[in-house]
Amino acid sequence: MNEAVGLFFIILGLIFDFFGCLGLIRLPDVYNRLQAATKSVTLGTCSILFGLFLFKGLTAAGIKAILATLFLILTSPVAAHALARAAHKSGVKLWSNSVCDKYEEDKNALP
Amino acid sequence: MIRLRWLTGVIIIGILLLMIIYYRLSSLLEWQSLLLERCFFILLLCGFFCLWRILKGPTPADRVVAIDILGILILGFCAILGIPTGRDWYIDIGIAWALQSFISTLALAKYLEGRDFDE
Repeated sequence: MNEAVGLFFIILGLIFDFFGCLGLIRLPDVYNRLQAATKSVTLGTCSILFGLFLFKGLTAAGIKAILATLFLILTSPVAAHALARAAHKSGVKLWSNSVCDKYEEDKNALP
Repeated sequence: MIRLRWLTGVIIIGILLLMIIYYRLSSLLEWQSLLLERCFFILLLCGFFCLWRILKGPTPADRVVAIDILGILILGFCAILGIPTGRDWYIDIGIAWALQSFISTLALAKYLEGRDFDE
């Protein structure tokens, strides 16, 4: 029973990973790629790790998988935020069909 | 032209997925589960997408994004590898890789901003 549920979670995470990486090669802009890939790949890998926990149970490997899930949820948004800020500061242009750029307005509004 | 590029990409990805699903791929490890072997090779396909973006990316920020995503994916590789082989230490490699990937991503972001590492 546990193994069937774990396999379901692993395949779900695999689908998320696949579409995240498809967005990484398909979308037109750094910021689009970042927001497509980071969120869905993080969720997919967390789902794979939870599936590993369901396979292994409360052993050393299963508890390490839960710890890795927590670590990933905590650190991945930090890395994505730092990358987006660095890309904007280093002068990467937005896509030509982008609607608005709030960070540029905020930087101009500050004294 | 754009439609031709779309069609070419869809055909290439479809052929790779069908190869993964229908053909018996040779593997170095002794896999106990055929389904998990398929899952692992689909994750390797995602890794090749990241490598393509690292090779082709027009700006340095693209490459750093792809390296970050590849570091998260390798944690997934190690998690899947631990199940059919029965070796529990693969997840340790994954945790160490994710930690170093996070630190290197922060350092590269700081470098992209134009600041030095010791600020």
